Amino acid sequence: MSTAKPAAGTAAHSVVEPSATSKRVAATLVILYAVITMVPLAWIFLTSIKSPPDSISYPPKLLFTPSLEGYCNLFTTRTRQTPEYIAALPPPENTCDAVTRERNMVIAGPSNFLPRFVNSLIIAFGSTFLAVGLGTLAAYGFSRFKVPLADDLLFFILSTRMMPPIAVAIPIFLMYRELGLSDTAIGMMLLYTAVNVSLAVWLLKGFIDEIPREYEEAAMIDGYTRLQAFRKVVLPQATTGIAATAIFCLIFAWNEYAFASLLTSGSAQTAPPFIPTIIGEGGQDWPAVAAGTTIFLVPILVFTILLRKQLLRGITFGAVRK
Amino acid sequence: MAEIRVEHLRKEFGDFVAVQDSTFTVEDGSFLALLGPSGCGKTTTLRMIAGLELPTGGAIRLAGEDVTYRRASERDIAFVFQLFALYPHMNVRANIGFPLLAQGVPKAEIKRRVEETAKLLQIDHILDRPVSGLAGGDRQRVALGRAIVRRPKCFLMDEPLGTLDAEFREVMVRELRELHNRIHATTVYVTHDQIEAMAMADKIAVMNHGVVEQFGTPQEIYDRPASMYVADFIGSPPMNFIRFNGGLPRGARIARIGVAAIEMPELREEVAPGDLALGVRPEHVRLVDSSPLRGAIYGSEYLGTNQIVTVETEGGLVRARLPADHGYTIGEPVGLAFKSERLSLFEARSGRAIRSALHEGELRREARHG
Repeated sequence: MSTAKPAAGTAAHSVVEPSATSKRVAATLVILYAVITMVPLAWIFLTSIKSPPDSISYPPKLLFTPSLEGYCNLFTTRTRQTPEYIAALPPPENTCDAVTRERNMVIAGPSNFLPRFVNSLIIAFGSTFLAVGLGTLAAYGFSRFKVPLADDLLFFILSTRMMPPIAVAIPIFLMYRELGLSDTAIGMMLLYTAVNVSLAVWLLKGFIDEIPREYEEAAMIDGYTRLQAFRKVVLPQATTGIAATAIFCLIFAWNEYAFASLLTSGSAQTAPPFIPTIIGEGGQDWPAVAAGTTIFLVPILVFTILLRKQLLRGITFGAVRK
Repeated sequence: MAEIRVEHLRKEFGDFVAVQDSTFTVEDGSFLALLGPSGCGKTTTLRMIAGLELPTGGAIRLAGEDVTYRRASERDIAFVFQLFALYPHMNVRANIGFPLLAQGVPKAEIKRRVEETAKLLQIDHILDRPVSGLAGGDRQRVALGRAIVRRPKCFLMDEPLGTLDAEFREVMVRELRELHNRIHATTVYVTHDQIEAMAMADKIAVMNHGVVEQFGTPQEIYDRPASMYVADFIGSPPMNFIRFNGGLPRGARIARIGVAAIEMPELREEVAPGDLALGVRPEHVRLVDSSPLRGAIYGSEYLGTNQIVTVETEGGLVRARLPADHGYTIGEPVGLAFKSERLSLFEARSGRAIRSALHEGELRREARHG
């Protein structure tokens, strides 16, 4: 336990404080890398607040008047009207009204973006919850009980990830059509759960293996059933692993495009296949696409920032023990 | 508190037999040490008593009740693990109170009993600390606190001092025994350390290869080892064995080793001709120039008040614990003499001790299980 482990850890390698120069070089490299990876994101955000003419001007404009037109176009559908019709309307109620009228258009109603975004939230979080829940129970079982053929089963579980998911797209498409799961939130949740559960089992088994059995045994001797011991002693210690696994599952389910575009088209469509369809409606509306992408990035960003410590431990899991 | 009876207990893991056929009784309020090398089945025996392993055969009775296949949580026992297994996400108070919470004891009552227990163990000042920062001894005391707070039928301890450093272990040995004297809890204590077992236990069960080789008081086990294994395992340095070949009639009092005739306790059984071993503790060896049993000094270790002198004889090396006031030179010829009434005789092949007058007298009263 922690009485013995830290000593072994510190003795294993001698730590020499890096020199000021090497620190500066390292910092420069990290900043450089950060800038390079941030440029596309910054460009998406900047495009989302440009007006459509600014967004396609060449050379690209770095200085421009910010506009909310992209966001307005993202959330609304619009119809073209004559200048006379627009002049006869009562004064605009809000910025979006005003921006739209400048283009000789009026807002006809809300777009499909919000329901698609909500679909994404439900499907991604729902499948993550299922995958992590099932994965935790399965990992605990594999970790603690003598499961017959455990190694083969674990390999079998892993093997579901060995081929690219898109290779099974056609059979799944046909099955889903037969089962009536096409274009349903349940269908997408099941699919993403199936893909993620193998990752969840493997990751979580590693974490649970690291929790000594003695804790549960102590709890069982203290008068708790195995299930109570699992809930009160194992789960609290596995939170780091569960959080890390949840992020990985969520990122996959949130970003998934191929299956979503194949299996959803209407009521269950998620945001990734929806955003490109904006391009088709009335010209190439890049600011609206960029606005959709920007908003789409927010939940995963917030979730990752909230759990970044766990995520780091998740990546280096096995190497660190408290 | 309660008596623990273990009857013909057996445990197999696949082809491996961890415990063969153990039968013993831990009397109400007494302290039993299960002593043996790693892999001898002592921890498996303990875990079966606790309900953490199910036996392949046999029975376990707690206070007369058969609990062999009952769940650990329903046995009303406490277990102190080698690594303490303090719940890392709880503080000291929550750790000690955890078993009471399972029983549905009211909050105020839990608080009172946790504080009472902490006072008994002198850890009341660290009750609200997280367990992660505690020193080894305090972790040990918290683990003990969690065990005793519930007043269970018995305590089971699995090498609880194994991870402590030698100096602190001595302190904890004293504390554990004092605690036992105060609360008189039936205790089964697993250890591979004979000094711990000797210092704390009322009874010791020496185990080897899944078999209880001897069950008895520390004195019995030291003075009347039932087998060569026990004689060799207990004592530092261990018992000397002088091997010779011969057969002896019932009532014999002399063993002939070469030209020497060695007096020993009167045999109570006949010994068929074969390989025998005469067992003698190092402190029962003297160097006497006139003795016909000859040897040469092989080496010596200085230990302060005494020294361990090793003598090479025809029957092998013999170690003697002698006063440190005399120096010996290597190769020096010496004669060996033994304290005859303390000698043991073994059948070398089976390792079994041959019954003799050694097994009678003073210690006899306690030797019910011998």
